[in-house]
Amino acid sequence: MGMRDAPLIEARGVTVRFGKVTALDRLDLNAPPGEVLAILGPNGAGKTTFVRTVATLQRPDGGELRVRGHDVVRDPVAVRRDIGLAGQFAAVEPTMSGRENLEMTARLFGHGRPAAQRAAAAVIEQLGLGEVADRRSAGYSGGQRRRLDLGASLVGAPRLLLLDEPTTGLDPAGRREVWDAVRGLAAAGTDILLTTHYLDEADELADHVVVIDHGHAVASGTIGDLKASVGRDVIEAVMADPARLDEAGQVLGRVTSHSPRLDRGSRRATAPAAGGADQLAAVIRGLDDAGIGVDEIGLRRPTLDEVFLALTGDHAEPATSTAHVTNGGSR
Amino acid sequence: MTTEAVTYPARPALPAGITRPAAPPRAARASLEVARRALRKYYRTPGLWAMGVVQSVLFLFTFRYVFGGYISGGASRYADFFVPGYVATIVLFTGGGIAVAVAEDRTGGFTGRLLSLPLPRLSIVAGRAAADFLTNGWSILVTAAFGFLFGFRLGGTVTDGLAAFGLCLVYGLVFTVVFMVLGLIAPNSQAAQGMSMIAFVFAFISSTYVPAATMPGWLQPFAKYQPITPMVDAVRSLIIGSTSDLGLALAWSALLLVIFTPLAVLGYRRG
Repeated sequence: MGMRDAPLIEARGVTVRFGKVTALDRLDLNAPPGEVLAILGPNGAGKTTFVRTVATLQRPDGGELRVRGHDVVRDPVAVRRDIGLAGQFAAVEPTMSGRENLEMTARLFGHGRPAAQRAAAAVIEQLGLGEVADRRSAGYSGGQRRRLDLGASLVGAPRLLLLDEPTTGLDPAGRREVWDAVRGLAAAGTDILLTTHYLDEADELADHVVVIDHGHAVASGTIGDLKASVGRDVIEAVMADPARLDEAGQVLGRVTSHSPRLDRGSRRATAPAAGGADQLAAVIRGLDDAGIGVDEIGLRRPTLDEVFLALTGDHAEPATSTAHVTNGGSR
Repeated sequence: MTTEAVTYPARPALPAGITRPAAPPRAARASLEVARRALRKYYRTPGLWAMGVVQSVLFLFTFRYVFGGYISGGASRYADFFVPGYVATIVLFTGGGIAVAVAEDRTGGFTGRLLSLPLPRLSIVAGRAAADFLTNGWSILVTAAFGFLFGFRLGGTVTDGLAAFGLCLVYGLVFTVVFMVLGLIAPNSQAAQGMSMIAFVFAFISSTYVPAATMPGWLQPFAKYQPITPMVDAVRSLIIGSTSDLGLALAWSALLLVIFTPLAVLGYRRG
């Protein structure tokens, strides 16, 4: 089979059950190669189960799942040769140095000793681990350990890298390190599937996003597609005087017929505006009539947070990894 | 939504220097690599091997010099009775470490990483067992050495003694696979540690420390017919050159291996 022509991941009705709990519920998903795909969803949505199923660690109870044309049930070894998995926990051996960890994994991919050494050296170089490579990984920072774990998944030259919540539990500096590493790998041509419940992470790294909730895909597309699919722009106003935020919210609510979101910290009122520029003009007039001064007002596309809420409903608590990001919307 | 292309461009190879292995690793090499990692973890963690030694010495010391005098009246003969039994069952005391290590590998993601790699599944169990075979050998050797230091003497030839040592290694392998299964079914490493305590029941209610016949009648059936008693008796008789009990001991060893090895392989498959 010409694997180059096969989609990266093809899921048709994939179902995984744990007793009475259905973790994946007839999931359909199609990932073309050449992209960073993010699986986005709240905790418990089935993200990790999906990655484990793709990685052949979990057998599907139903449906069909192919990775680069290889069926995960019928030909798991072919799948394992094509993937590199970095799970939620950095699976590195703390009593071994970074280099020893990488060489071990390379040999378990099937490399002989010289090739394993070359692969380890190349990964150390690529991920900037040169300074710590020969120290025991027990002493690594969280970001270094994750990068090493990422590196261990690379030594077999996988066609597809699977990253399950690659930055969970990292501090902002560590997160930044891992993001840079992932971006570097994507730029060098690795296909990547990552899961995250951080919206900004998907926004930062992914070309394509699949939102899953309760075990099935509720939306799929580029980040732009997703924002557009929710269909409404958002009017956002930043108050000059925080004391008048509630009044401004009332104006916004009256014009747009949607309850506005108020963020006192940033003196910001937002509401979806189906009417676009006309409604914006109406809001500006309304604020002006009431004598409420604004520092900034405008129409923007919804953030991924807002899209996420619209897609998964109110039960899903989206997480934002940085303090609060509500910038222009598009990055 | 994105449009799907019919053909996709070839992706450039990535990081220079990394090649794609021509084939998955063979079982022997993969087992060796799994074993090497487990051994490195063991000897680079002094707490693991040093505590085993300290525990053995304390135990031998206590039974030889604290309980020994009262148990047999003449302490020296008691050393000849209980040291072979203790050496034969030492892995029942150190094996908790195996269960904990196996459970930690699973909860810490290492087992998941191994299962995502193209190595033969059996290599995961084989590598682990090979590593533990060696660390058990170390425990048995150290314990036996202290046993000699504390007054144990061979009743037969050196060859008989070596045969007994070899039999202890076989038991070590059997217990390893059992503890591996405990580690695989335990939800976490603390639970694995706790579940390993069950081994104490088998170790103490056996002929290891006192003859089963001295126990109360209701306890004797368990003490006599559980596997540890014939296993310990076989080591004791080998030391004086007798092969009585050997058949039963080997039969128990084989039975336990036949039951627990597939369970271990299946347990790892579960991930």
